[in-house]
Amino acid sequence: MIRLDDIWRTFSVGGAEVHAVRGVCASFAAGEHAALVGPSGSGKSTLLHILGCLDRPTRGSYLFEGREVARLGEDQRTRLRRFRIGFVFQFFHLLPRLTAQGNVELPMLFAGTGREERRERARRALHRVGLLGRAHHRPDQLSGGERQRVAIARAVVMNPSLLLADEPTGNLDRASAADVMALLEEMNRDGLTLIVVTHDPAIAARAARILRMDDGRLVEEWRPDAAAPSPPGQADAGRGTRSP
Amino acid sequence: MSPLELMRFAAGALRGHRLRAGLSVAGVAIGIAAVVALTALGEGARAYVVGEFAALGSNLLIVLPGKTETTGHAPLGAAERDLTLDDYRAITQRVPLLRLAAPLAAGSETVRWGERSRAVPILGTTAEFLAVRRLRVASGRFLSPGDPDQGGAEIVLGPVLARELFGAANPLGEVVRVGQWRFKVVGVLAPRGRSLGFDFDDLALVPVRTAMRMFNRSSLFRILVDCHRSDDLEAVKRDILALLKERHRAEAVTVITQDAMVAAFSSILQALTLALVGIASVSLAVAGVGIMNVMLVAVSERRSEIGLLKALGASNRQVLAVFLVEAVLLSSAGGVAGVVAGAALVQALVEVFPQFPAAPPPWAVAAALVLALAVGVLFGVWPARRATALDPVAALARR
Repeated sequence: MIRLDDIWRTFSVGGAEVHAVRGVCASFAAGEHAALVGPSGSGKSTLLHILGCLDRPTRGSYLFEGREVARLGEDQRTRLRRFRIGFVFQFFHLLPRLTAQGNVELPMLFAGTGREERRERARRALHRVGLLGRAHHRPDQLSGGERQRVAIARAVVMNPSLLLADEPTGNLDRASAADVMALLEEMNRDGLTLIVVTHDPAIAARAARILRMDDGRLVEEWRPDAAAPSPPGQADAGRGTRSP
Repeated sequence: MSPLELMRFAAGALRGHRLRAGLSVAGVAIGIAAVVALTALGEGARAYVVGEFAALGSNLLIVLPGKTETTGHAPLGAAERDLTLDDYRAITQRVPLLRLAAPLAAGSETVRWGERSRAVPILGTTAEFLAVRRLRVASGRFLSPGDPDQGGAEIVLGPVLARELFGAANPLGEVVRVGQWRFKVVGVLAPRGRSLGFDFDDLALVPVRTAMRMFNRSSLFRILVDCHRSDDLEAVKRDILALLKERHRAEAVTVITQDAMVAAFSSILQALTLALVGIASVSLAVAGVGIMNVMLVAVSERRSEIGLLKALGASNRQVLAVFLVEAVLLSSAGGVAGVVAGAALVQALVEVFPQFPAAPPPWAVAAALVLALAVGVLFGVWPARRATALDPVAALARR
């Protein structure tokens, strides 16, 4: 479903060129659950933003469902974000002035979905994350775990094919984190491709496949149920490899 | 995203900072209220002046002597260019379409009765003046009709002058002194009030020939001509000019119609109104900058919201629309509040000065609302563009 080939992302900071992502090659199958790990500044968030069409690679090829994203115009990228990709953030990013229901309705508001259908689908999504009873609470009346579950409901309400989570448990206690991960995994079992950025080894270990980044490069990749880490690409059968 | 939903979303965002939104609404409201109130005042002044002229009689022609100031330098025989009583007689006899005409000689003199005295304008005229100027007599009678050349020692007092000189006493039949001259009071005018700055209540009227002798003038100050119909004004004006040209062998008089004066005053006051509105609009520009400021703060405060909206699939156009609609909501709320406040202000003024016909004209109300809308769009576009230009990744990074 996703193929990254020699992805580079270069920022210029004060005249100097900074390579946040250097020549990453990877692919993700539909319905896969993958974790992206690595120290801060290793480029994993930047890679996630590129995957989410929020950022463009400076160089390289990004195929999403068979389409070359790097060549898409802004409007088409907006449509991809709207209909195909869901985001979950570390800081939830719920609008404080809207209720849980209102926040879940947001993506449909911009998609032009009718009012009745919006309400119905948002209720279903909230029911799915077990928060239907809190639909009319504002974010400041919800706990951290509940907020993140609202954010997940919002991320899946458009029935995307890809769910991107940037440190989804980074702001949660252990119990809430477990709830949130269970929820994400449930979405994944229903067929959603799930890519989680984390630096929590316990969270990463729940993924079927772990990719480790360092200094903008993909340095190793392994499956937690397999024996030992292997160089990136090898666990990903049928893909051309590239040494880090 | 339908316009209604856009508005609901934008209004929700504005509710998040009520004080700030309220202040910028107040800014626009003050500007719009100023525009509405000043337009109403200007229009009121215009209506007032036009009404005053109409009260004087709008079928009026005024004949002025021309070039009297050159008399001393003119060759012998040309001095007859003054407007004389003979001219007046000729006009009344030979211009068929006029209804009435009254000559006018003017000066200023002190009127005395017993111990009291008062300096007032003295108008010399004939019996026709009463009808031409739409005046009424409260007691006694007006100047007696007849040959304007006959003069006479009768005087009609304005009500203020009569009260000041005689107090509670009856002035009719009393003898007053005007300078060296003695007059018998034959009548007192009914109150007429000020009209175009001239107080018809504080004056004295005497026969025209007497006034000319008293002030040592051979020329009349004016001849007032009243026509039957305003359609006749041009024909009468032409006839008078032709007649006087023939009599003077040179065109040395000016004839103005009341309408021309009304039109001139009206356009002057309209220009004044527009100038006032222009000044008031400056305050709208200031209010617009206020809106721009509020929106810029909103954009930088809601960076993460903008990033989120983009991540959720809002297009640049939609983000632009959200912020633009917020600005327009602010300015149009200010517009509506301003129209209400302006109308209330004018209403309060009318309560205090009931004779002043001030009311905001409908075109000014419509223009004010359009102006408010335009302010919102004009000063909202730039902050909204900044919102769309925001990089979603950078916008989401911080919270």
